[in-house]
Amino acid sequence: MMRFIEAIQFYEFLQKALITSVMVGIISGVIGCFIILRGMALMGDAISHAVLPGVAVSYMLGINFFIGAVVTGILTAIGIGYISQNSRVKNDSSIGIMFTSAFALGIILITMLKSSSDLYHILFGNVLAVRPSDMWMTLLIGVIVLGSVFLFYKELLVSSFDPIMAQAYGLPNKLIHYFLMTLLTLVTVASLQTVGIILVVAMLITPASTAYLLTDRLSIMIFLSAFFGMISAVVGLYLSFTYNLASGATIVLVATALFIATFIFSPKQGVFWRTIRANKQKSAVS
Amino acid sequence: MKDAIAVSNLNVSYYGKEVLHNINFSIEQGKLTGIIGPNGAGKSTLLKSLLNLIGKDKGDIMLLGSNLKGVRKRIAYVPQRSTIDWDFPITVKDTVLIGTYPAIGLMKRPSRKEKAWAMQCLEKVNMAEYQDRQIGELSGGQQQRVFLARALAQKADLFLLDEPFVGIDVTSEEMIVKILKELRDEGKTIIVVHHDLKKAEEYFDELLLLNRELIAAGSVKEVYTPGIIAKAYGSQLSFLNEVMAK
Repeated sequence: MMRFIEAIQFYEFLQKALITSVMVGIISGVIGCFIILRGMALMGDAISHAVLPGVAVSYMLGINFFIGAVVTGILTAIGIGYISQNSRVKNDSSIGIMFTSAFALGIILITMLKSSSDLYHILFGNVLAVRPSDMWMTLLIGVIVLGSVFLFYKELLVSSFDPIMAQAYGLPNKLIHYFLMTLLTLVTVASLQTVGIILVVAMLITPASTAYLLTDRLSIMIFLSAFFGMISAVVGLYLSFTYNLASGATIVLVATALFIATFIFSPKQGVFWRTIRANKQKSAVS
Repeated sequence: MKDAIAVSNLNVSYYGKEVLHNINFSIEQGKLTGIIGPNGAGKSTLLKSLLNLIGKDKGDIMLLGSNLKGVRKRIAYVPQRSTIDWDFPITVKDTVLIGTYPAIGLMKRPSRKEKAWAMQCLEKVNMAEYQDRQIGELSGGQQQRVFLARALAQKADLFLLDEPFVGIDVTSEEMIVKILKELRDEGKTIIVVHHDLKKAEEYFDELLLLNRELIAAGSVKEVYTPGIIAKAYGSQLSFLNEVMAK
């Protein structure tokens, strides 16, 4: 542990890795709450994969890859909505069709343009190679995401909880949906370096689900989820550094460990206490 | 008395399949109206098309003497209980507080004043002691009362309720009816989708009898007659005889 702290003080790349991972942990935890409450976990996975061709095209055009990523992410979200609304194909199937297509296209483009090691880093993250520009970009995305959730908390709450009422009093549900999708692509791009495209969905869903098992208030859920995302990032990075493990995968497994512990021991929802309560009740009536 | 709702030539379809055909009616302000009719008659669709939650193919709708845009915030809508995610991490108190959102506007938070008002509405439906419960922990009737409290918190002039009495206990049903009648006496207009003929006579001032088309509209006395009801319910006559024979 001391060695890790010393190393952080000593190596600038490790500082940047830590700051970036913590930021990614926080923002994916925050956005993840809305993703799981809207039943869009699969959509989160899809959008994160759909970012890949955008990254490739941006590289081709020499523009910032956030632009391309947002464009292909949103196009995929629109495509998914269009197919499921205009045919009998169910939503999960249309998600499957669209994101695998986008992902496949992305793989071909990336391997055409760059080496397969670049592809590997985009898919699985390479947190120790975070450049200063990446770190600043992540911080900027963090400000945008947290600021948006803060400013539009009320609207996000009501449109997630009761979209019909939201629409009835004049909130633009569709716009809110695509706005959330945009934030989701931004979070995905921010996490390219830390956990990579493949595992980003874990950072969106796992800390948020852990928090979901612990509270009955959305505001607290958001804070807890951000906290779990951050803890996963820090502990994951530490373990990855100390035992020389793949950083993204380690971060994700720490998040999973937190989830399993909560799944078992959460005071209200945990299976452990539930079983005890159930047995107590049984023996009380028998 | 001014009309709270005036609908003319309303046609609504889902993907080319006609659900409502040429609906014309008007409802005066300060009336408690039930929309009744058999399953699949388009009752909820009518309610939703009033709020443009479902687009219409044709027709004009005037609400509170204006088009929808001008009066959205003066309308409270209570959705069917089955459309709500009861596991959502929200407490009873915060659910009612949502009723104050339309008036607060973008980017602002409810203040102490709104919170106090939400509590008052919660007390009105006798649910104050459950304020910190998660909404899924309530019974069906309690849930419906909380959603009525949310509608009250909107300080609306027009209330639209979609099947509020489905799967709830007698006490809650009686309380909801009592509050709706009080609202009517204050001059509010209330429209309730109700699939059950039982008690329709007792609950409402006016009835809209619907089965894809408008079969009849008017006071309960005019509409609630065996001949007219039979026209709407057609094949479900055995059930009907039971109700009418009571």
